[in-house]
Amino acid sequence: MDILNAIILLLNYIFIPALTYGSQLALGAIFVTLIYGILRFANFATGDMMSFGTMVTILFTWYFQSLGISLGILPTALLAIPFAIIFMILYMLSIDKFVFKYYRTNKSPPVQLAMVSIGVMFVTQAVVRIIIGPSDRRFFDGEKFIIKAREFKEMTGLNEGLALKSTQVLTIFVTIVLVSLLFWFLNKTKTGKSMKAYSDNEDLALLSGIDPKKIVMITWIIAGILATIGGALYGLDKSFKPFTYFNNMLPIFAAAIVGGIGNPFGAFLGGYVIAFSEIFLTYAYKKFFMYMLPESMEPESLIQLLSTDYKFAVSFSILVIVLLYRPSGIFKGKVL
Amino acid sequence: MRKNLNVIAAYSIMMGLIILVGIFQSWNIALSIFNLCLISAVMTMGANIQWGYAGLINFGIMGYTALGGLAAVLISVDPVQEAWSAGGFDILMSLWLIIVMVLVIRFILKRFDKSKMRTYSIAAIIISGILLIRFSAEPGIEAIEAVDPAKTGFLGGFGLPIIFSWIVGAFFAGGLAFIVGKVALGLRADYLAIATLLISEIVIAIIKHEDWLTRGVKNVIGLKRPAPYEVDLQTTDWFINLVEKFNSDKLEIISNLSDRQAALNQFVIEGSSVFVKLCYSGLFLTVVIILLILTQKALYSPWGRMMRAIRDNEEAANAMGKNVVKQHLLIFILGSAIVGIAGAMLVTQDGLFTPGSYRPMRYTFLIWVMVIVGGSGNNFGAILGGFVVWFLWIEAAPIALFLINFFTAGISETNALKAHLIESVPYFRFLMMGLGLLLIMRYRPKGILPEKIEIK
Repeated sequence: MDILNAIILLLNYIFIPALTYGSQLALGAIFVTLIYGILRFANFATGDMMSFGTMVTILFTWYFQSLGISLGILPTALLAIPFAIIFMILYMLSIDKFVFKYYRTNKSPPVQLAMVSIGVMFVTQAVVRIIIGPSDRRFFDGEKFIIKAREFKEMTGLNEGLALKSTQVLTIFVTIVLVSLLFWFLNKTKTGKSMKAYSDNEDLALLSGIDPKKIVMITWIIAGILATIGGALYGLDKSFKPFTYFNNMLPIFAAAIVGGIGNPFGAFLGGYVIAFSEIFLTYAYKKFFMYMLPESMEPESLIQLLSTDYKFAVSFSILVIVLLYRPSGIFKGKVL
Repeated sequence: MRKNLNVIAAYSIMMGLIILVGIFQSWNIALSIFNLCLISAVMTMGANIQWGYAGLINFGIMGYTALGGLAAVLISVDPVQEAWSAGGFDILMSLWLIIVMVLVIRFILKRFDKSKMRTYSIAAIIISGILLIRFSAEPGIEAIEAVDPAKTGFLGGFGLPIIFSWIVGAFFAGGLAFIVGKVALGLRADYLAIATLLISEIVIAIIKHEDWLTRGVKNVIGLKRPAPYEVDLQTTDWFINLVEKFNSDKLEIISNLSDRQAALNQFVIEGSSVFVKLCYSGLFLTVVIILLILTQKALYSPWGRMMRAIRDNEEAANAMGKNVVKQHLLIFILGSAIVGIAGAMLVTQDGLFTPGSYRPMRYTFLIWVMVIVGGSGNNFGAILGGFVVWFLWIEAAPIALFLINFFTAGISETNALKAHLIESVPYFRFLMMGLGLLLIMRYRPKGILPEKIEIK
């Protein structure tokens, strides 16, 4: 019984939250990695693009709510996401046309493009804050829990409760569907394969008749979809605040590099690597050992490897270690 | 003279703008803008010698700024005796342990050849060392943080004049840059940018949460000043006389004696804060001028030529026998040290250290906008960038407010859109910065004052 309790404890406080957080990071990391693989620059506007997509989702959600449309137990935001995606794609394509295209056709060095993306970051951040303001917003409606901790305890008779939030299930489910669709697209369709070829060797791809304009456009479209869904899922699960989204850029970068930048599958796994290590290292295991060990050996301290204040620092340290020992990432980057 | 006409013109326009602020808003605001412009100029000079001279991207400016600020605290605050007696021994023990750990690792690195065994044993030493340090320092840290937590709760500093911290801040930042440089400088440009950005976040996390050293988010307030205090000035005779002399024409108009005294008091209060700011301006200006002379000399020295050669063609410079790795490390340390000076100056001016306020937007990306806008590779350009961008950063809100009122003049005051726009005026500064950066990068990619190389 104690062992079951301990397992439920870990599931509730480590496994499920980490899986959710990892999925959110993974979507962002694939976004970063695609831009890096095909357009060849580090996009510092990642976090703010995600917050832009979320903002549009929130605006549509409010609009639907004012019309009285809802999805019952599911959040209204799910209905808003497709509309937000269309908006976001238009935004991405216009940014590309007015900003990035010039440097791409001039074959500017990647550093210059990264600097330009900082300009885009400032502008996007300003637009989001001017339209919706910098404050914390929750836009989740519908049923909050699938299983409540108390119900679970009554059901199973265990000491430890397992709370399963609907947003957690939703996040994991949507991520799996979206990522499998994406990998199917990249590996099986002709366009996806030509994207891969373009990422591998631009000149050879051009010689074999691949249209670079089309590749770039499709990349931005996929990026727009990923940014909106990733951002909206994060906002549903936690809350929407432009500053947090800007900060999320850092673990997302860490995930993309740890997985091997330019490699979408690596980025996907990198998200989970970062999320799990952050939560594993900062969780206080006292209760776990209380269940597992006999009473005489019960620990006195919290048995916490690092205080939760260092949550972010953990992922960055992993990144530094990976950069030192395996600069191409765990899963050999730059192959797409 | 003619060659430098654009430099002189740009600087006179900038000074004119600040003087306009002084006339139309107040001299207090103008001087505080000017002071922060000077500090920003020091930061951009640091970033400029890394990016402009050597082509190294350092997105960790925030971390070095914070370390400079930490130096200001550690130098100027009086030591907290109770805290030292409560936990000083444990802290010194841990420090000693860290030194032993580093020496052992160095020994292993030198003595044994590269192998899996070596890597694993080093990892084992680091992990066990960290655990050991945690267990040995824990009681000490708790004891220190328990000493009067509302006021102190940290070890304090050395109680020296805060000016020294400017040099110490440079050493702190340079030391961190040495470690970061050893770790990260081999990376490609954009990896280096991301790695330095993340390392600076780690530095901030440590400063924020190690309360025994920095008081963390509880902040350190009331740091000593190198300049006189306003309250003291207001009761000093020579200062009152000086203010009286300055405003004699205004005072003479007032005939009533008590009214005149009240007006004089008002002038003294205003004058005292202007005087304090002027003192800071003098100090900061000295630093800027010294640094400018040094960096200009360096730029046109053989060493500067070598740096440019490395920047423009690393392989060719390497083939000519220049040690690229060593020079990169050197310039990384120098640039970061200058940023550290700026960080200490910033805390000196504010008189308080707030670790929570170090955010990458303000301390990394804004500085980069300054470097790019001003003109990388040109020290005058970098300083100008610091001035222009900081000026706009502060004055963006009034400018945006004016523009909104101008364009929506026909709309009633109660209009929801207008009210919303006026409410979000503070965020127009981000828009202005972003658009400015994008426009400069597109139409004047070398900045307002581009780099020009003269062979003398």
